[in-house]
Amino acid sequence: MQPALISPAHATFLGLPAKVLFMLIPLVGIGVFAYIMKHRVAPLLQAAPDPRFSRYPERIRAVLQVWLAQWRHPRYLLAGVLHIIVFFGFLTLAARSTQLVILGFVDGFTLPGFGGGFGHVYNVLKDYAGTAVFVSAVFLAIRRTAFKPERYEVPERYGKDHTPEAVFVLGLICTLLVSESLFDASLVAAQAAQGQPTHLLSPLTLGWFFRHLLAGASQPALQGLHLAAYTIHDLTFFFFLCFLPMGKHFHVITSIFNVFFMRLDAGTVKPVRHGVDESKLDELKSFGVKKFEDFTWKHMLDFYSCADCGRCSDRCPANRVKRPLSPRFISIKARDWCFQRYPLWGRKPAESAVLIGGIYSENEIWSCTTCGACEQECPLGIEYIDKMVDLRRGMVDEGMVPQSLQKPLSALEKRGNPWGKMEKKRADWVAGVGDGCRVKLFEKGETAETLYFVDSITSYDDRMQKIAQATARILCAAGVDFGVLGKDEKDSGHEVRRFGEEMLFQALKEHNTESIQAAEVKRIVTADPHAYNALKKDYSHLPPVQHISELIVEAVGSGRLKLQAGNGDSKTYVYHDACYLGRHNGLYDPPRRAIDDIPGLRRVEMVNDCRDRSFCCGGGGLMLFYEPEEEMRMGVVRVKMARKAGADAIVTACPFCLVNIEDAIKVAGLEGKMEAVDLSELIDRHIQR
Amino acid sequence: MEILVCVKRVPDSAENEIEVKPGGADIKRDDLVYSVNEWDNYAVEEAIQIVDRVGGSVTVATIGNEDSEEVVRREMAMGAQNGLMLVDAAFEGSDGRGIATVLKAAVQKGNYDLVLTGAQADDGAAQVGGMLAAMLDWPYASLVNMIEVQDKKLRIGREIEGGNQEINEILLPCVLSIQTGINEPRYVGIRGIRKVASVEIPVMNASALGVDAAAVGQAGARVKRLDYFVPPAGAGAEMLEGSTDEIAAKLIELLKAKGGLK
Repeated sequence: MQPALISPAHATFLGLPAKVLFMLIPLVGIGVFAYIMKHRVAPLLQAAPDPRFSRYPERIRAVLQVWLAQWRHPRYLLAGVLHIIVFFGFLTLAARSTQLVILGFVDGFTLPGFGGGFGHVYNVLKDYAGTAVFVSAVFLAIRRTAFKPERYEVPERYGKDHTPEAVFVLGLICTLLVSESLFDASLVAAQAAQGQPTHLLSPLTLGWFFRHLLAGASQPALQGLHLAAYTIHDLTFFFFLCFLPMGKHFHVITSIFNVFFMRLDAGTVKPVRHGVDESKLDELKSFGVKKFEDFTWKHMLDFYSCADCGRCSDRCPANRVKRPLSPRFISIKARDWCFQRYPLWGRKPAESAVLIGGIYSENEIWSCTTCGACEQECPLGIEYIDKMVDLRRGMVDEGMVPQSLQKPLSALEKRGNPWGKMEKKRADWVAGVGDGCRVKLFEKGETAETLYFVDSITSYDDRMQKIAQATARILCAAGVDFGVLGKDEKDSGHEVRRFGEEMLFQALKEHNTESIQAAEVKRIVTADPHAYNALKKDYSHLPPVQHISELIVEAVGSGRLKLQAGNGDSKTYVYHDACYLGRHNGLYDPPRRAIDDIPGLRRVEMVNDCRDRSFCCGGGGLMLFYEPEEEMRMGVVRVKMARKAGADAIVTACPFCLVNIEDAIKVAGLEGKMEAVDLSELIDRHIQR
Repeated sequence: MEILVCVKRVPDSAENEIEVKPGGADIKRDDLVYSVNEWDNYAVEEAIQIVDRVGGSVTVATIGNEDSEEVVRREMAMGAQNGLMLVDAAFEGSDGRGIATVLKAAVQKGNYDLVLTGAQADDGAAQVGGMLAAMLDWPYASLVNMIEVQDKKLRIGREIEGGNQEINEILLPCVLSIQTGINEPRYVGIRGIRKVASVEIPVMNASALGVDAAAVGQAGARVKRLDYFVPPAGAGAEMLEGSTDEIAAKLIELLKAKGGLK
């Protein structure tokens, strides 16, 4: 039987076999694509090392969850679900597109395994997948142009709007789907017209619609359409392939790699240079990221992978209060810069220019509180904290540190705390603990099983000393044998490191490690999440570290600590997740359970802004000294969230959160209407003694 | 331009709780931490910026003992090319004139176009810059907060009481005392200091400088400190005590009571 239409492989074009053209298109397409990719890979080969070829089971798990299962997408429900449709549609249609390309020169080609029963199932599946992608793409285009979600806006200082590119790509996708369907539909319509058996087009798919539209079309028209659809599909397919590495759609190619190599640990900070031991840091000529090539190859891959979805900046507290920082543009500016410095043709600009003062400003980089909200949200596993720290290391190395931070850094160097208070007064708070609870001092030669690591703010700040005193009373009530280091304790250096002063951090770490080891304790307890994170993630060779909330839950569970109901406390409490307890350490539940262990206490949640979506209070450590450009304090935003949740008391579990929230209550004019209390203080008030 | 910046190591008033020794001749020095005098830090930064613009080199000099080396190194880590230590037991106990005498000798041993000092020191009397200029017979400007280099002269800004600004022209060579705020001094961390840790810093004593030991130090001092104390609260003065919150609350109460707050 004669086929109903001449297939692409048998067609002629200007008297020549079309086969030649259909072989040429993929050859040229793949050639151009390879050329582009070679230029895109070039900067990665110049980059700093980053040993990520390890921990394969965890990486495969990340790919299955974050990439394949699109785990983070539904956090933004509408956009997320639409993306999932497009993603699975693309995965499904990849086989069909490959088959189509080869059909141009191998007539009747089917991919291995796609014949027979599976082929039929696949054909039905791909028809529906294609149709779903088409509908989603149309919907997405309407959403972007008519409804314009706020997070896609491009502020003027960051350049032009990205909507035209987005809509153009959606148009390409629709072209692919329509041409693929027309190719099928024209053949089926011709077969039906000639009374030949037709293969079934699934109802309500694009192909099915086109087949009905084409029902009355003439044979030559169908033949023309069949070949035109094929050619358009082929050209569009390879144009799209080569267009991907030009901008935000590069993620279609890079995302699987980016997720595979994504950061697997939270709360850690990358070493100054991978492969260089801490003891050899002095030998490094330069610290941190100063020029583009100082980034690691993974950080460059991050820039390539950014899909411009704006979720990072939408959740970024610095961006929310209009500090000059938007994580999305940290990536996009770096990508633009990279494309400009590594052009596809022509010579690369000779000298390597510095990034600060070029694409980034000093204030932009200091604005980050390292809260981790951006990294938590990114559907592609792009990281920001290490980049911020590396850029800061570069600035510190060049002496670019704002005056507001120079004083506390100098005081930390000389006195071990950012206020320059006397070392010998570090344990002065002990005097206020009260009768019935004795705090041992390792500096006086006493011994104990547990070390309470207090850290600077809780040791010296008048208000925060109350946290230390409450924590001590909890430890006493729970029967814990504990002591403090007193003058032998220095600042944990958590923010010193995250503000890029690595050598000062190393000095503080060395000092504290010696003091802690000399105390010969079995465990460390702290009520400061920043100290907790530092001791756990930045230090090594220390006994296990616990946050006070974990200890409270344990002590209540074992009956060693008994809590009683508040005396007619009619307040409604809400727990504010500290970044370095929650996102960076996964301790979401212990503080909540500790609060709930108080009988009769009413607690609500800031539903959309709690746990891993908690909103940073303004930042801890050195961030208290930094004077940012901002329109509002982060703490004020947070207090308003708490109020909206119906709370009139905010429970924090971090001294910096308490400072920021208490200040914010005053700034927001909510004094008397809203109270902030530290978890230790709250528990201390309810101990049954 | 060859620039000499005179710096001093002082107990940092921000990082110490200064207490007067019983007897009143000095402060308790056991628990003190020291740093470079704040004004001097601005002077060094300004010198480095001038050299960045017009070329030349910066030398940082200090009078003191071996402990003073750390501040010279810190300033060298900022970017000063040379250090100079002026150390002699004979310099100890100098009054301002003695210090200026030693510095004058150091200036004359070099080939400087410009000498910068801090406007004052945390523990000083804001007198050395002016005396040094007079001894050298060079022109002098104090409280300088802006410097523009012109041919054989400088265009300088000076801070005048009440927030006013004055612009002067001054002929080189000259001595300027620098006011804070003229620039934003760069940060120097442990790493920067380690980088210059092995740079040789020349040391000069009285004989190398050609200074008559009897004219400086305790022996040559014509100003002597007699007493040092925290002044007693006078009539009408009240010291508020307690925690920060309590002090703030009392202050608000007082302001309200006196009609300062409504």
